[in-house]
Amino acid sequence: MKLKTKTYLSVLAAFAVTGAQASSSLSFTSWGGSYQEAQEKTAVKPFGIANKVDIKTDAYNGGIAQVRAQVQTKNVTWDIVDMQLSDVIRACDEGLLEKINPDIDLAKDKSGKPAKSDYLPGAINNCMAGNISWSTILVFNKDKFKGSQPKTVADFFDLKKFPGKRALRKSPEGALEWALIADGVPPAQVYKTLSTQAGVERAFKKLDTVKSSIVWWEAGAQPPQLLADGEVTMASAYNARIYTAIMNDKKPFEFLWDGQLKNIEGYVIVKGSKNVAAAKAFIKEATKPQALADLATSTAYGPLRKSAVSLVDPKVGKYLPTAPEHQKGSLDVDPLFWADNADALNQKFAVWLGRK
Amino acid sequence: MTNSTYTETLTSAEAKVLKRNLRKSERFGLYKALLLILPLFVFLMFTFILPIGSLLFKSVTDDVIPTEWPALTQSLAAWDPAKKQLPDSQTYSNLVVDLQKSIEDDGNSRVATRLNFQQSGMRSLIMKTMRHLDGMDLKDAKQSLIDADERWGQIGTWTIIKFSSQRLTFDYFLNAFDYTRDEFGNVVHNAPADSLYQDVFIRTIVVSLTVAVLCVLIAYPVASFLAALPSKFSNPLMILVLLPFWTSFLVRTTSWIVMLQTNGPINQFLLELGLILKPLELIYNRFSVLVSMTHILLPYSILSLYSVMKGISPVYVKAARSLGAGPIKAFFNAYFPQTLPGVVAAGILSFILAIGYYITPALVGGADDQLASYYIANHVNTTLNWGLASALSVLLLGGVMVLYIVFVRMTGGKGMKLG
Repeated sequence: MKLKTKTYLSVLAAFAVTGAQASSSLSFTSWGGSYQEAQEKTAVKPFGIANKVDIKTDAYNGGIAQVRAQVQTKNVTWDIVDMQLSDVIRACDEGLLEKINPDIDLAKDKSGKPAKSDYLPGAINNCMAGNISWSTILVFNKDKFKGSQPKTVADFFDLKKFPGKRALRKSPEGALEWALIADGVPPAQVYKTLSTQAGVERAFKKLDTVKSSIVWWEAGAQPPQLLADGEVTMASAYNARIYTAIMNDKKPFEFLWDGQLKNIEGYVIVKGSKNVAAAKAFIKEATKPQALADLATSTAYGPLRKSAVSLVDPKVGKYLPTAPEHQKGSLDVDPLFWADNADALNQKFAVWLGRK
Repeated sequence: MTNSTYTETLTSAEAKVLKRNLRKSERFGLYKALLLILPLFVFLMFTFILPIGSLLFKSVTDDVIPTEWPALTQSLAAWDPAKKQLPDSQTYSNLVVDLQKSIEDDGNSRVATRLNFQQSGMRSLIMKTMRHLDGMDLKDAKQSLIDADERWGQIGTWTIIKFSSQRLTFDYFLNAFDYTRDEFGNVVHNAPADSLYQDVFIRTIVVSLTVAVLCVLIAYPVASFLAALPSKFSNPLMILVLLPFWTSFLVRTTSWIVMLQTNGPINQFLLELGLILKPLELIYNRFSVLVSMTHILLPYSILSLYSVMKGISPVYVKAARSLGAGPIKAFFNAYFPQTLPGVVAAGILSFILAIGYYITPALVGGADDQLASYYIANHVNTTLNWGLASALSVLLLGGVMVLYIVFVRMTGGKGMKLG
């Protein structure tokens, strides 16, 4: 009996507290896992406490299907979403996102430079405020190559010199770019080459040479696992996953910075959100140089604002995809190319996969 | 039955009253039963039939372009690409009018996404044309558009728009069968490098059938053994069947990954025994897909076979034996025919469940082991080509229904027995 009364009271108290605190509410959706945890620690919780906003969090797996469903059914439950640039472009084109004006909605840097000039090129547009740059990158298990170690993308495709299975993401994005780089196409020419029929064929031909040794992965947690289990000796992976494996789990993995494919990630607001003003205030706060640097420090993703780079913990600095020493041979994923060609290349890729 | 025996001994007047009362009470019972299932019916209607129905409808209806570009849709309806001539200048100016009108609500982008499903590059063509709209002269629309991008001077571009702007369309089904339209609107087979779905459907059926057969073959002796045991022994053993049944199939799939991997327990064990010299490739191929899918679907087969076998009296086999039949003959002539409904039920159940699987093949299968539902999920979540996803679903659903009907026919309409 006593227990029951206590429960009732605490439930009542909880209502009272949330009622008092939630002067407004906001929802924040990101990719889950350690990345979202870092975002909640560095941006979401501080903002919620400072502004007395009750922020609900949700996780998703990328893509614009859910946002589109919410906007089309006029039942918008997400306000802020962490989205990758290629999805942002499609969603923005389809009118699924609120517009963001960098001059008004984003904070200036310390020296008073407007956000527009503080951001790396392509990291903001009229629907998105960029936060970090992540990369899909080739990595290998040091223990498996005692002699010479792989250094270039071409080494990834060289089964004789560096034997063992490879793991690649089951997607044409990445596989085709690396195949061309390994075949001698300079990174700057990759998308131009892929725009032609002959270029696509060349890429698939190069992939044919390693096809029987590839294990295809789909979830970001798989490649570190496959490397650790000895299932493969080299893999493509998301940089932060490998960073965590090296730093926290002390795995003998090493990055092949050559041919790293950089992607841009940013905050967007779903069209028709009931809390646009609060969402904008959040984005302004969360994209301040210090906030981005904090996020980078705890995730090893590169901050997209130039003024944030010096604020990142130097121990993490050399692992960032945006670090100057890793830019040689790196490639920015071209979202416009993929917006145009993803449908056709996905189909070709699926057919190629199914062929013996 | 009881009713008619009574009427014989009763007078007709009494019988009438009795009959009426009986009907009344039966009707009351019927209403009560209906009322009881009403919530379920409403629930199914709103959570199952309506949403799935509307999604399936997307395979034949497509109103993006008719809604966003009404004028162009109308003028293109009258144009025939087979005549191998570009549309008239009115069509060109209608395009400019529609493009200008739809800038406001991002309608052009929706059209661009839709057209890009049909041919890559259409998206950027529309986006690029939008940027050239300022100050475009309607009278000279044709030349201005062709100046903006030469593709507006090609018949193929217009053919794609024409066939994508049909409100009622079967083109998604063409795509789902690996067919497409050429420059002049004729239906042609995809090039081999773009032909996917015929192989996918064949693969789906082959894998599902194999899994169903394996399930029945393995489940039969197990179920028969369980059914023959006294319940004192069979109940604890039944738990062993039910325990994996209650475990999430994701957990079971993951445990197969652990078991089968190159350095996993099975390979280690075989290496240890010296039976093999280097690890076998047990995972990321058809073998691992069949093993894990069979394991996951096995409880369904065992349970449906068990329920039938439990109802078979042992006296028939005993009678056959005492009349001189050998154990094999007794099994095939006296026992097996009685279990047939269970065999059919187990087979169909595992086949239908297998045909919809995609997580298991995605996790343990190789590149050429993905089933149809994998591509459906991919089109729903990633490419957002819901029309094609819906057409593929209709084919899958239709295929299952046809197979089911054929099966029921083959077994004389009473072949299936679920418990």
